[in-house]
Amino acid sequence: MAIYVKFFASLKEDIPDALREVDAADAATVSDVWAAATRIADMPAHVVCSVNHSHEQIDHPVKDGDEVAFFPPITGG
Amino acid sequence: MPVLIIEGSFDPAALQASHEKTLTPGSFGATANFIGTMRSVNEGDPVVGMRLEHYPGMTEKELQHIIDDASEKWRLIDALIVHRVGAMTPGEPIVLTTAWSMHRKDAFEAVRYLMEALKSRAPFWKKETLADGTARWVERNTPGY
Repeated sequence: MAIYVKFFASLKEDIPDALREVDAADAATVSDVWAAATRIADMPAHVVCSVNHSHEQIDHPVKDGDEVAFFPPITGG
Repeated sequence: MPVLIIEGSFDPAALQASHEKTLTPGSFGATANFIGTMRSVNEGDPVVGMRLEHYPGMTEKELQHIIDDASEKWRLIDALIVHRVGAMTPGEPIVLTTAWSMHRKDAFEAVRYLMEALKSRAPFWKKETLADGTARWVERNTPGY
Protein backbone atom coordinates (compact mmCIF):
# COMPACT_ATOMS: atom_id res chain seq x y z
CA MET A 1 0.00 0.00 0.00
CA ALA A 2 2.61 2.53 -1.07
CA ILE A 3 2.88 5.63 -3.19
CA TYR A 4 6.31 6.00 -4.78
CA VAL A 5 7.89 9.46 -4.65
CA LYS A 6 10.61 10.96 -6.82
CA PHE A 7 12.48 14.27 -6.64
CA PHE A 8 14.54 15.77 -9.43
CA ALA A 9 17.22 18.40 -10.00
CA SER A 10 17.63 21.01 -7.25
CA LEU A 11 14.83 19.52 -5.13
CA LYS A 12 16.69 16.22 -4.92
CA GLU A 13 19.70 18.08 -3.51
CA ASP A 14 17.75 20.47 -1.29
CA ILE A 15 15.76 17.77 0.55
CA PRO A 16 17.97 14.68 0.31
CA ASP A 17 16.35 12.96 3.28
CA ALA A 18 12.81 13.10 1.83
CA LEU A 19 11.00 9.77 1.82
CA ARG A 20 10.82 7.81 -1.44
CA GLU A 21 7.74 5.92 -0.31
CA VAL A 22 4.61 7.13 1.44
CA ASP A 23 1.87 4.97 2.91
CA ALA A 24 -1.16 5.30 0.65
CA ALA A 25 -3.35 5.56 3.75
CA ASP A 26 -1.60 8.81 4.65
CA ALA A 27 -2.17 10.63 1.35
CA ALA A 28 -5.30 11.47 -0.60
CA THR A 29 -3.75 14.11 -2.87
CA VAL A 30 -0.40 15.17 -4.33
CA SER A 31 -0.22 17.83 -1.63
CA ASP A 32 -0.53 15.14 1.06
CA VAL A 33 2.27 13.14 -0.59
CA TRP A 34 4.52 16.21 -0.52
CA ALA A 35 3.86 16.81 3.18
CA ALA A 36 4.34 13.17 4.16
CA ALA A 37 7.54 12.73 2.13
CA THR A 38 9.25 16.01 2.94
CA ARG A 39 7.76 16.84 6.35
CA ILE A 40 7.34 20.37 4.94
CA ALA A 41 3.72 21.42 5.30
CA ASP A 42 3.24 23.57 2.24
CA MET A 43 4.62 22.83 -1.19
CA PRO A 44 6.52 25.89 -2.50
CA ALA A 45 4.71 27.65 -5.34
CA HIS A 46 7.49 27.05 -7.85
CA VAL A 47 7.47 23.26 -7.42
CA VAL A 48 5.97 21.28 -10.32
CA CYS A 49 4.39 17.87 -9.82
CA SER A 50 3.39 14.84 -11.84
CA VAL A 51 1.46 11.62 -11.22
CA ASN A 52 2.32 8.53 -13.22
CA HIS A 53 4.32 10.63 -15.72
CA SER A 54 1.57 13.21 -16.36
CA HIS A 55 1.63 16.84 -15.22
CA GLU A 56 -0.94 17.38 -12.45
CA GLN A 57 -1.98 19.98 -9.90
CA ILE A 58 -1.36 19.61 -6.16
CA ASP A 59 -4.99 18.73 -5.46
CA HIS A 60 -4.90 15.75 -7.82
CA PRO A 61 -6.00 12.54 -6.07
CA VAL A 62 -3.49 9.73 -5.57
CA LYS A 63 -3.87 6.02 -4.89
CA ASP A 64 -1.87 2.94 -4.00
CA GLY A 65 0.86 2.22 -6.55
CA ASP A 66 1.03 5.73 -8.01
CA GLU A 67 4.37 7.36 -8.83
CA VAL A 68 4.39 11.00 -7.75
CA ALA A 69 7.26 13.28 -8.75
CA PHE A 70 8.27 16.76 -7.64
CA PHE A 71 10.64 19.01 -9.56
CA PRO A 72 11.60 22.64 -10.17
CA PRO A 73 10.55 24.52 -13.32
CA ILE A 74 11.62 22.82 -16.55
CA THR A 75 14.70 24.20 -18.30
CA GLY A 76 15.29 21.98 -21.31
CA GLY A 77 15.97 22.83 -24.92
CA MET B 1 7.49 10.11 -35.44
CA PRO B 2 10.37 9.26 -33.14
CA VAL B 3 11.70 10.74 -29.93
CA LEU B 4 15.32 10.12 -28.97
CA ILE B 5 17.06 10.86 -25.67
CA ILE B 6 20.81 10.62 -26.14
CA GLU B 7 23.58 10.60 -23.53
CA GLY B 8 26.72 11.88 -25.22
CA SER B 9 27.41 14.00 -28.24
CA PHE B 10 25.28 13.67 -31.37
CA ASP B 11 25.32 14.94 -34.93
CA PRO B 12 21.95 16.62 -35.67
CA ALA B 13 22.44 16.63 -39.44
CA ALA B 14 23.36 12.96 -39.51
CA LEU B 15 20.40 11.93 -37.35
CA GLN B 16 17.98 13.98 -39.43
CA ALA B 17 19.38 12.57 -42.68
CA SER B 18 19.25 9.04 -41.29
CA HIS B 19 15.59 9.38 -40.33
CA GLU B 20 14.70 11.08 -43.61
CA LYS B 21 15.89 7.97 -45.45
CA THR B 22 13.02 6.06 -43.84
CA LEU B 23 10.47 8.39 -45.49
CA THR B 24 9.03 7.75 -48.92
CA PRO B 25 10.96 9.82 -51.48
CA GLY B 26 8.73 12.55 -52.88
CA SER B 27 6.18 12.26 -50.07
CA PHE B 28 7.23 15.61 -48.56
CA GLY B 29 8.18 18.96 -50.04
CA ALA B 30 9.31 20.82 -46.95
CA THR B 31 11.72 20.11 -44.12
CA ALA B 32 12.21 22.58 -41.27
CA ASN B 33 14.41 22.11 -38.26
CA PHE B 34 15.71 23.80 -35.15
CA ILE B 35 19.04 22.98 -33.52
CA GLY B 36 19.75 24.25 -30.02
CA THR B 37 23.43 24.56 -29.08
CA MET B 38 24.99 25.14 -25.68
CA ARG B 39 26.12 28.73 -25.15
CA SER B 40 29.27 29.78 -23.28
CA VAL B 41 27.47 32.60 -21.45
CA ASN B 42 24.30 32.52 -19.35
CA GLU B 43 22.82 35.29 -17.19
CA GLY B 44 25.96 37.28 -17.99
CA ASP B 45 28.34 34.66 -16.56
CA PRO B 46 30.86 32.54 -18.50
CA VAL B 47 29.81 28.88 -18.56
CA VAL B 48 32.30 26.07 -19.16
CA GLY B 49 30.12 22.99 -18.76
CA MET B 50 26.60 21.73 -18.21
CA ARG B 51 24.79 18.58 -17.12
CA LEU B 52 21.27 17.90 -18.30
CA GLU B 53 19.01 15.76 -16.11
CA HIS B 54 15.71 14.26 -17.24
CA TYR B 55 12.89 12.10 -15.88
CA PRO B 56 13.20 8.77 -17.67
CA GLY B 57 9.80 7.61 -18.80
CA MET B 58 7.98 10.89 -18.36
CA THR B 59 10.29 12.89 -20.60
CA GLU B 60 9.86 10.52 -23.54
CA LYS B 61 6.10 10.33 -22.96
CA GLU B 62 5.75 14.12 -22.88
CA LEU B 63 7.85 14.58 -26.02
CA GLN B 64 5.67 12.05 -27.82
CA HIS B 65 2.55 13.93 -26.68
CA ILE B 66 4.05 17.14 -28.09
CA ILE B 67 4.60 15.46 -31.47
CA ASP B 68 1.06 14.07 -31.36
CA ASP B 69 -0.32 17.54 -30.60
CA ALA B 70 1.66 19.03 -33.50
CA SER B 71 0.32 16.33 -35.81
CA GLU B 72 -3.22 17.36 -34.92
CA LYS B 73 -2.50 21.05 -35.54
CA TRP B 74 -0.56 20.74 -38.79
CA ARG B 75 -0.42 18.31 -41.71
CA LEU B 76 2.87 16.56 -41.06
CA ILE B 77 4.47 13.74 -42.95
CA ASP B 78 6.77 13.09 -40.03
CA ALA B 79 8.54 14.72 -37.08
CA LEU B 80 11.62 14.02 -35.01
CA ILE B 81 12.77 15.23 -31.59
CA VAL B 82 16.28 14.47 -30.32
CA HIS B 83 17.41 15.77 -26.93
CA ARG B 84 20.72 15.27 -25.22
CA VAL B 85 21.21 14.47 -21.51
CA GLY B 86 24.31 14.16 -19.34
CA ALA B 87 27.47 16.25 -19.44
CA MET B 88 28.31 18.63 -22.27
CA THR B 89 30.44 21.66 -23.13
CA PRO B 90 29.73 24.92 -24.99
CA GLY B 91 29.30 24.60 -28.72
CA GLU B 92 27.77 21.13 -28.56
CA PRO B 93 24.22 20.49 -29.77
CA ILE B 94 21.54 20.02 -27.11
CA VAL B 95 18.35 19.53 -29.10
CA LEU B 96 17.07 18.90 -32.61
CA THR B 97 13.46 19.24 -33.71
CA THR B 98 12.52 18.52 -37.32
CA ALA B 99 9.19 18.57 -39.15
CA TRP B 100 8.48 17.22 -42.63
CA SER B 101 5.37 18.29 -44.54
CA MET B 102 4.04 18.78 -48.03
CA HIS B 103 4.39 22.57 -47.91
CA ARG B 104 6.56 24.97 -45.92
CA LYS B 105 3.86 26.57 -43.75
CA ASP B 106 3.13 23.35 -41.86
CA ALA B 107 6.82 22.50 -41.42
CA PHE B 108 7.81 26.00 -40.26
CA GLU B 109 4.96 26.36 -37.79
CA ALA B 110 5.17 22.81 -36.47
CA VAL B 111 8.89 22.91 -35.79
CA ARG B 112 8.45 26.14 -33.85
CA TYR B 113 5.66 24.55 -31.83
CA LEU B 114 7.73 21.43 -31.12
CA MET B 115 10.53 23.54 -29.69
CA GLU B 116 8.42 25.94 -27.63
CA ALA B 117 6.27 23.14 -26.20
CA LEU B 118 9.38 21.12 -25.34
CA LYS B 119 10.81 24.01 -23.33
CA SER B 120 7.74 24.29 -21.14
CA ARG B 121 6.44 20.71 -20.92
CA ALA B 122 9.23 18.14 -21.21
CA PRO B 123 11.02 17.52 -17.89
CA PHE B 124 14.66 18.45 -18.39
CA TRP B 125 16.84 20.44 -16.00
CA LYS B 126 20.21 22.11 -16.56
CA LYS B 127 23.02 22.43 -14.05
CA GLU B 128 25.82 24.60 -15.35
CA THR B 129 29.43 24.95 -14.24
CA LEU B 130 30.82 28.47 -14.36
CA ALA B 131 34.35 29.52 -15.24
CA ASP B 132 35.17 30.02 -11.54
CA GLY B 133 34.32 26.37 -10.84
CA THR B 134 31.03 26.92 -9.08
CA ALA B 135 27.92 25.03 -10.21
CA ARG B 136 24.32 26.23 -10.26
CA TRP B 137 20.94 25.00 -11.41
CA VAL B 138 19.39 27.01 -14.21
CA GLU B 139 16.19 28.32 -12.64
CA ARG B 140 14.38 29.41 -15.80
CA ASN B 141 14.72 29.33 -19.55
CA THR B 142 15.70 32.58 -21.19
CA PRO B 143 12.79 34.06 -23.22
CA GLY B 144 14.65 33.35 -26.46
CA TYR B 145 12.54 35.43 -28.82
